[in-house]
Amino acid sequence: MIVKRAELSFLERLYLPTLLGGLQVTAKHFFRKKVTMQYPEQKWTVPAGYRGAPYLVKDQVGRTKCVSCQLCEFVCPPKAIRITPPGSSNGLDSGVVEKSPLEFDIDMLRCIFCGFCQEVCPEEAIFLMKDYSLTGTSRSEMIYNKDKLLALGGVHQDKIQKWKRKAQEALHQGVTP
Amino acid sequence: MSTAVKLEAKSVAAPVEMMTVNVNGRSVSVPKLMPDHNGKPVPTTMLQACQVAGVEVPHYCYHPKLPIAGNCRMCLVEFGLPMMGADRKPILNEDGSPKIAKQVLPYDPSQPRGAIACATPISPGMEIYADSIATQQMREGVLESLLINHPLDCPICDQAGECKLQEYSVEHGQATSRFVEEKVHKPKRVDLGPRIVLDDERCILCSRCVRFTRDIVGDDALGFVNRGSYNTLTHFPGKPFDNNYTLNTVDLCPVGALTSKDFRFQMRVWFLKETKSVCTSCATGCNILMGSREGKIHRYEPRQNDAVNSCWMCDEGRLNYKWIGREDRLKTVMIRRGNAPQVVGKWPIALAEISARLNAAIPGSVAIIGSSRQTTEELWLLAKIAKKLGAKTDTKVREGEADKLLVNADRNPNSTGARLTGFLTEKAGNNIRAIVEGLKVGSIKTLLVFGEDITTLGISSALLDTVDCLIVSEILPNATTAKANYLLPGCAHAEKRGTLINIKGRVQKFMKAVEQPGEARPEWEFLNELAANIAGHHRFVSIEGLFNAMAQDIQPLNGLTWSSLGDQGVTIAI
Ligand code: SF4
Ligand code: SF4
Ligand code: SF4
Ligand code: SF4
Ligand code: FES
Repeated sequence: MIVKRAELSFLERLYLPTLLGGLQVTAKHFFRKKVTMQYPEQKWTVPAGYRGAPYLVKDQVGRTKCVSCQLCEFVCPPKAIRITPPGSSNGLDSGVVEKSPLEFDIDMLRCIFCGFCQEVCPEEAIFLMKDYSLTGTSRSEMIYNKDKLLALGGVHQDKIQKWKRKAQEALHQGVTP
Repeated sequence: MSTAVKLEAKSVAAPVEMMTVNVNGRSVSVPKLMPDHNGKPVPTTMLQACQVAGVEVPHYCYHPKLPIAGNCRMCLVEFGLPMMGADRKPILNEDGSPKIAKQVLPYDPSQPRGAIACATPISPGMEIYADSIATQQMREGVLESLLINHPLDCPICDQAGECKLQEYSVEHGQATSRFVEEKVHKPKRVDLGPRIVLDDERCILCSRCVRFTRDIVGDDALGFVNRGSYNTLTHFPGKPFDNNYTLNTVDLCPVGALTSKDFRFQMRVWFLKETKSVCTSCATGCNILMGSREGKIHRYEPRQNDAVNSCWMCDEGRLNYKWIGREDRLKTVMIRRGNAPQVVGKWPIALAEISARLNAAIPGSVAIIGSSRQTTEELWLLAKIAKKLGAKTDTKVREGEADKLLVNADRNPNSTGARLTGFLTEKAGNNIRAIVEGLKVGSIKTLLVFGEDITTLGISSALLDTVDCLIVSEILPNATTAKANYLLPGCAHAEKRGTLINIKGRVQKFMKAVEQPGEARPEWEFLNELAANIAGHHRFVSIEGLFNAMAQDIQPLNGLTWSSLGDQGVTIAI
């Protein structure tokens, strides 16, 4: 079968109507709601539950919540976490929370933002927060230490405060917590 | 801390009298008598029968090397006994099998009566239901009661990861706690003695520690005060818990109540790689496990070997590991020519020069001071070199006080090896005087020193200056290494493999736990090269081959091979 190519009409040959049609689409988009954003000047607000960079937190009375149990170090799939436990130098006068980390490093180049550390933490001391674009000019700069992680993590309003409760209970019974 | 404790099912008297019991529906034949903690044969218990049958019965207070206390109730099991008629004959089922009566509470026959498996002797035809519903409920009940006042300190508790309370709670406990009242609080961080900290809240009152120190060590130092949920472990007022075996209670404690001040908060136990090794602090040679992570040793723990150390080791030996990771370890080969200062050298150059010098030495002009801390293989190679050169040899004597349990008066771990390999031809310490004389008159021109600071043996630094060629292999710097013409950095036992022969002739091998620092090399490797260059010895490429050849050469070791030593070693006639 032979298909005969149709002749173009005069208007079609004129080309202008198609051009105007295209401009009309463009013009409509000028007045629509914008779907892109001016990154990086304009930052994206992440939805709730987003898994960004893991940071350490303090509780409302300023105690570093991490007790250096090293469960997150154990569970972290890419081995991004490195904790230095306090060692026996932690005296017998440490108070009810006997341990806290001497040093706590997270290698943000290694972290895969899986959230396992947050999930395993028995102390609610580490949370994946909203930060998603971490940059640095060297590898060592991308290893965040304890102070940096705590500064970035901020304060966590702890509803349970189990150590405080334990200490109060003990004091109430006349025992040094 | 939770060293798996194996039970040797061998009875003392032969032939062994057996008895048949039924465990979980399976008949097993078990010896009627089994050794108690002293090795004395006593009636076999239900727990032992279950172990023979391969059925694990959870337990806290029971330990095969301690007297039985039966106070934790964790090992409760449901059981049945053959029914007896009035004529004292067993009542039979229709099929002729004996009728079994499940034991029930006398005041409520609808309820099963459990018995503690650790302390109940077996009787013929007894049936043990180690995983029946009733047994499971008993375990749940016991765990619930133990956890009522337990602080659940797991995140900060050193025992977490090897805690029997954690393990049994997961296996046999309940998922949630029903306890809503206030927990009883007890003293925390109690300073029991120089090496032990006690957390009374975590203690489950099993009395293992009390029995160990009273019955095994003979230092009645611990006890319980108060009653009921206020029952508290403590030491006697004014008497610190301080004997040379206190740290064994940390291993024995099934929970994190007793903790070692040394290991406290150093590292979580699940990161530790365990390496089978032998303690080198005295001639007993206790079997140990070295716990290390990424090249750092964090603790020693005893490893059960009934021929040597049972389940224990002394505190002194246990804590004698810190020097291994010291910063000032010797890491490079040093060469000093004439009176010039030492400069960094290379292994091949040093070994070639040493070989040439020793080959050129006139017979009798060389002396070798070795160490009874060296491995048998190293001493054997040294003995070969000494024989070829006609060298006088000696080692340093280390004597201390012996005790009744483990510590030997000889603080060298391998005196027997030094003797058997032929390195020591006389009593240790006998030749040193002659060597000093030889150095003074100049008849000894070349001195080889392995692993000892000979300035402590009456050879002054000034005298060392007069030696033509001083060859020293050491681990840590000392007054002798400062004078060396050739300084060869060696390895600690944790960094190499080898064997030691203890005072009773137990040949035991140890494994490598961590990497050596810098260019340090295991002594047997370079001694092997020197022995080949000097005595025309075969060049061995592995410690296995070296040991096997040595075993053929030394008569009392004949027939032994590296693999036949196993993990626990072999006792030879010495
Ligand atoms: S988010 Fe995942 S990868 Fe990142 S530190 Fe936590 S456990 Fe490790
Ligand atoms: S799991 Fe939590 S408490 Fe434990 S070390 Fe990590 S952050 Fe700290
Ligand atoms: S003793 Fe065991 S259960 Fe108790 S806090 Fe320690 S690890 Fe947890
Ligand atoms: S301290 Fe440990 S070993 Fe001693 S009674 Fe308590 S739980 Fe048992
Ligand atoms: S193990 Fe039997 S009562 Fe404790």
